Amino acid sequence: MNSESLLAQFQATGVQTCFHNRHINPQILADLNGANWRLKDYEARGGYQALRQVLGQGGAPTMTPDQVIAVVKESSLRGRGGAGFPTGLKWSFMPRQFPGPKYLVCNSDEGEPGTCKDRDIMEFNPHIVIEGMIIAAYAMGIAVGYNYIHGEIFHTYQRFEEALDEARAAGYLGDNILGSGYNFQLHAAHGFGAYICGEETGLLESLEGKKGQPRFKPPFPASFGLYGKPTTINNTETFAAVPWIIRNGGPAYVACGKPNNGGTKIYSVSGDVELPGNYEVPMGTPFARLLELAGGVRKGRQLKAVIPGGSSSPVLPADIIMDCTMDYDSIAKAGSMLGSGAVIVMDDSRCMVKSLQRLSYFYMHESCGQCTPCREGTGWLSRVVDRIETGHGKPADMELLNSVAENIQGRTICALGDAAAMPVRAMLRHFMPEFEYHVVHKTCMVPAYV
Amino acid sequence: MISEKSKAAFAKEVAKYPADQRQSAVMACLRIVQQEHGWVSRESEKFVADYLGMAPMAVHEVTSFYNMYNQRPVGKYKLNVCTNLPCQLRNGARAMAYLKDKLGVDNNQTTADGLFTLQECECLGACADAPVMLVNDTNMCSFMSDDKLDQLVNGLRALEGKA
Repeated sequence: MNSESLLAQFQATGVQTCFHNRHINPQILADLNGANWRLKDYEARGGYQALRQVLGQGGAPTMTPDQVIAVVKESSLRGRGGAGFPTGLKWSFMPRQFPGPKYLVCNSDEGEPGTCKDRDIMEFNPHIVIEGMIIAAYAMGIAVGYNYIHGEIFHTYQRFEEALDEARAAGYLGDNILGSGYNFQLHAAHGFGAYICGEETGLLESLEGKKGQPRFKPPFPASFGLYGKPTTINNTETFAAVPWIIRNGGPAYVACGKPNNGGTKIYSVSGDVELPGNYEVPMGTPFARLLELAGGVRKGRQLKAVIPGGSSSPVLPADIIMDCTMDYDSIAKAGSMLGSGAVIVMDDSRCMVKSLQRLSYFYMHESCGQCTPCREGTGWLSRVVDRIETGHGKPADMELLNSVAENIQGRTICALGDAAAMPVRAMLRHFMPEFEYHVVHKTCMVPAYV
Repeated sequence: MISEKSKAAFAKEVAKYPADQRQSAVMACLRIVQQEHGWVSRESEKFVADYLGMAPMAVHEVTSFYNMYNQRPVGKYKLNVCTNLPCQLRNGARAMAYLKDKLGVDNNQTTADGLFTLQECECLGACADAPVMLVNDTNMCSFMSDDKLDQLVNGLRALEGKA
């Protein structure tokens, strides 16, 4: 026994979070068991058929890049990283006739608290991401791509490197892919602990070997991206959705979700549920159904609140979220965001002040320091929430918090400022009595927090 | 001071990027250095800077910006425990408190025998496995109940002859 084998005993197997039968019509996580991540297994599941179809192998005519983009547009696939931007539209922004290199980047810097889906995709089905990226590169005439992987999931990074080697050896990557004359080189890169690099231009800076401070937009990456060249950045899950769309067509993808919210989505359900894990279900699945799949609220407690799209998305009280379906439009209408699809569930033993205290500390810690409203403001938010939680709050503190949040939101280069401000404002909007109780009684209205 | 094995790993990283963009490999090179030496010294930064054709300050900017680079020596096993909200809801803070007690150190401290450095950290991206802990930047340990923390710490102590 050495330390490696000892530590390996504590590694997650994916059984609890991924290989369960509680997905609904899964496309990305279907038929996985942890052992079948290799190229031959992926091919046995129909893998790389979409690429062959695009390249005109097996009888069908070659698809033109425009045709590929048209299919993706028709599918209504929207970016799975958080913003929900239509993927086909994003691809169409890339200049077609640009003389010189263009780049494709996969954002696997999954650090939004609550989100753990891209890790499972890359760990247990890495080739689906590779195939999606090759097709995307073909559609945009790109010859080089990078997958930037969260530094904390090093095993996943190594797994992805291994999958890349397999794909190269099989002729799916490199020069003259499958004899088509088309070339695409794909490499893996990794972060090393900076939430901000999940922001696409922060990621580009990091990929250029710098500190990950986001860039002012415009110019957008499609005109000035990696090394100043046209670049398209999509999330891991977005690329992973592409092969199915090519094989089955855009309308079929829309049909398994709902209009303007096509396809399936992987929700990372964490917090106070019996069965935390990843759940791939059709877009538009009722929240109540998702909660049921995750085993319901733990220990039979009552649902209190849900953060529906990663820690940056505004919290929704139980009565609102229970009426929502899980898709971009329904969650937006309820006043929050689907974001990365990270569903953080909180039961009736949870103090909202204490919950916000930890989140506000996080944003202060991870602010890159570039913009004053965020650098200073996140510190203010954290310190003021902290003093309310620890019994030193003042009656004017809630107004102060709202004022600081308002002065951050919309005044920073990137969305981290908004991400820090929105949870504060939503917590105050929905749970003001808990904050007031803390200030008056110097203690918590909800004593448990266990 | 940098082993041949690490230098070969550097070369593999540099080869991923355009010839005029060697700097892109700095994140990986510093990680490789840390895997070999346990931390990133100024001398290592200088070596990486020379290797990649960067100013040493530009390398230091990277080392000091990203949370996972150790800017000073740490214990043989660096334990990073996530206490962010999804983990907090599933005993992440408790795991941290348990380790503080068990190891007799506070956050960001190293045990007297040099074996363990304990650090609270931000989201590791394994929220459904909470409580989670990352050991030496590479080994994600999931569902870390008090029992499993005991097994892990006691196991490592036994391996190092310090049980």
